Amino acid sequence: MKNSVQRLGNIAIVGLKAISRNKLRSFLTMLGMVIGVGCVIVVVAIGNGASASIQSTINSLGTNFIMVFPGATTASGARLFTGNSNLTPDDGEAIKSEAPDVAYVSPQVRTAAQVIAGELNWGTSVNGVGTDYPLIRVWNVAQGDFFTDADVKAAAKVAVLGATVAENLFPNGNAVGQIIRIKNVPFKIVGVLERKGGNMMGQDQDDTILAPYTTIMKRLSGKTKIDMLYVSARSADAVQQAQTEIDSILRQRHRIGPGQDADFQMRSQEEIAAASASQMNTLKMLLLIVAAVSLLVGGIGIMNIMLVSVTERTREIGIRMAIGAKGRHVLIQFLFEAITISIVGGLIGVLLGIGSSKLVAAKAGWPIVVSVESIVLAFGVAAFIGVFFGFYPARKAARLDPIEALRYE
Amino acid sequence: MSQPVIEIKDLTKVYQMGEVEVRALAGINLLIDRGEFVAVMGPSGSGKSTLMNILGCLDRPTTGTYRLDGVDVSELNRDQRAVVRNAKIGFVFQSFNLLARTSAIENVELPLLYGETGWTRAQRDDAARKALVLVGLAGREGHYPSQLSGGQQQRVAIARALVTDPAILLADEPTGNLDSHTSEEIMGIFQELNDSQKTVVLITHEPDIARHAKRIVHVRDGLIHQDERIRQHRVGARGIAPPVIAVAQDRS
Ligand SMILES: Nc1ncnc2c1ncn2[C@@H]1O[C@H](COP(=O)(O)OP(=O)(O)O)[C@@H](O)[C@H]1O
Ligand SMILES: [Mg+2]
Repeated sequence: MKNSVQRLGNIAIVGLKAISRNKLRSFLTMLGMVIGVGCVIVVVAIGNGASASIQSTINSLGTNFIMVFPGATTASGARLFTGNSNLTPDDGEAIKSEAPDVAYVSPQVRTAAQVIAGELNWGTSVNGVGTDYPLIRVWNVAQGDFFTDADVKAAAKVAVLGATVAENLFPNGNAVGQIIRIKNVPFKIVGVLERKGGNMMGQDQDDTILAPYTTIMKRLSGKTKIDMLYVSARSADAVQQAQTEIDSILRQRHRIGPGQDADFQMRSQEEIAAASASQMNTLKMLLLIVAAVSLLVGGIGIMNIMLVSVTERTREIGIRMAIGAKGRHVLIQFLFEAITISIVGGLIGVLLGIGSSKLVAAKAGWPIVVSVESIVLAFGVAAFIGVFFGFYPARKAARLDPIEALRYE
Repeated sequence: MSQPVIEIKDLTKVYQMGEVEVRALAGINLLIDRGEFVAVMGPSGSGKSTLMNILGCLDRPTTGTYRLDGVDVSELNRDQRAVVRNAKIGFVFQSFNLLARTSAIENVELPLLYGETGWTRAQRDDAARKALVLVGLAGREGHYPSQLSGGQQQRVAIARALVTDPAILLADEPTGNLDSHTSEEIMGIFQELNDSQKTVVLITHEPDIARHAKRIVHVRDGLIHQDERIRQHRVGARGIAPPVIAVAQDRS
């Protein structure tokens, strides 16, 4: 037993020596593996980083929130929206007072407008919301105050600016107390919001103005319906129950029977997260396939070079056989050579992959998460490819006829 | 002498070339005793190499039996023949057949890698060194084939053939690629080895080379056509028979 292990080791060393005798070629062969494995690691790191950052922006949307949109959901789940909303602020009031699992409700009406402050003007979206809005979105004011329930009741001409708007209209700061004109209606600024950053789609969430929804509906858009309702459940566990409650309240108010299609639909934060996670997974799969193909190409490269090597070393194989090498000795030698090339290539690829991930993170500012799984996977695949693509050339070598091989020029 | 080292009975080898059958060996009977030095001669295409391949267990006879060192090897499979080649046979080829970019000592150690006995690195090294000393190449262990002359390369090859202490040395035109002076030296080594009871079988078509043997087997059309014993041997082409080791040293 000890002898055979030792012999195996000796023959494996023969394979190693062949690699070191052909350094340049071995290196070029490895390159395919290096790039393939490096690719897998970078791609997975970028994918993981992107999905982590998307999850964190979804969390930044608010807590336990449910969005209620106007429009029907068909049996197939597609959203139908004719353009005529039938959600009213009263629906929101009803949900807030009747649904026990709902903590906060805010209507939202949205309008785009050119906003003027003195000499400066800025095009942005103006959102009419209720006083629960900052609680649902977990979005505090940095300066001044949010508008009050009294402001909402009175349809007061007050506004809270997003950080981006405040910066552009009031480059010197001190926005609070100033007057801006939205579609020629003067609004008094009562507060400036904290910076929130980009959302999932990369839009700047701070490029907005918040005002009481009553004001927007009466004085700017003249609409009586709202664009959506933001609802916050009492806790994460209450989201499901809150959705059921909202559904039955709205059906009752809109006179829709239990079996009929609703004229509204809901999306919970969880559902949004799940949907974007599944999109991310699709993207990751795609990237992984690209990486897998490059690994495959690397493997074929190894097979190619090993075949050339077997042909080139036919005579060497003949000599080895003549002096007593069995087929399996030759097989092991070449297989070991192929596996070593792919494993060493894989190792370099791992290092290169980690290095370039770090580089991408530093240079492009992308969030990067290098995962241990991807390293283990890429490395395992590299070793497997070594065996798989090394086997055919090695077997070819092992099956050579020693007489023919010795005669080979 | 107990049993012969090589015992061949009614040996034939037929190559099938499509429709045509080529009878390379047509019924060979041959006994070679331990310690003999046999030269196999014959014109091109007479079947010398075919016989050599079978003697060397590289190939199997079509019919007939071949007993090597008392064991019937005519029916062995590939792996079994590899084992026999490793343990019982030392090959010396016309074109040396050393591994390039591999030092002399590593070339000589090669057969020990594949043997049934596990050799430690130190044992392999030791055996290879001794074999190199035997062919007069002490001090050249680290040289690569490209750094050695033809004669020296052939000596490395002989050392490699000797390292497992085989029952027979088989040499196919070992001096075919060497000038006459170097050929004499190489033949001197074979004679020296034969003097210490090594059985040597040599293929050649040069009478000058064959003269170094004790026995010449003439092959023609796949048959042994003449088998002569030479009384007076060990006479070099110029009537000198220098000791092997001395030759080795002055050429190095
Ligand atoms: N592998 C082979 N296939 C077919 N015919 C062969 C093969 N090897 C040798 N022969 C034929 O067998 C005969 C003997 O060849 P060989 O043993 O090489 O002769 P020698 O070595 O004496 O020149 C020749 O006619 C040769 O053409
Ligand atoms: Mg021949």
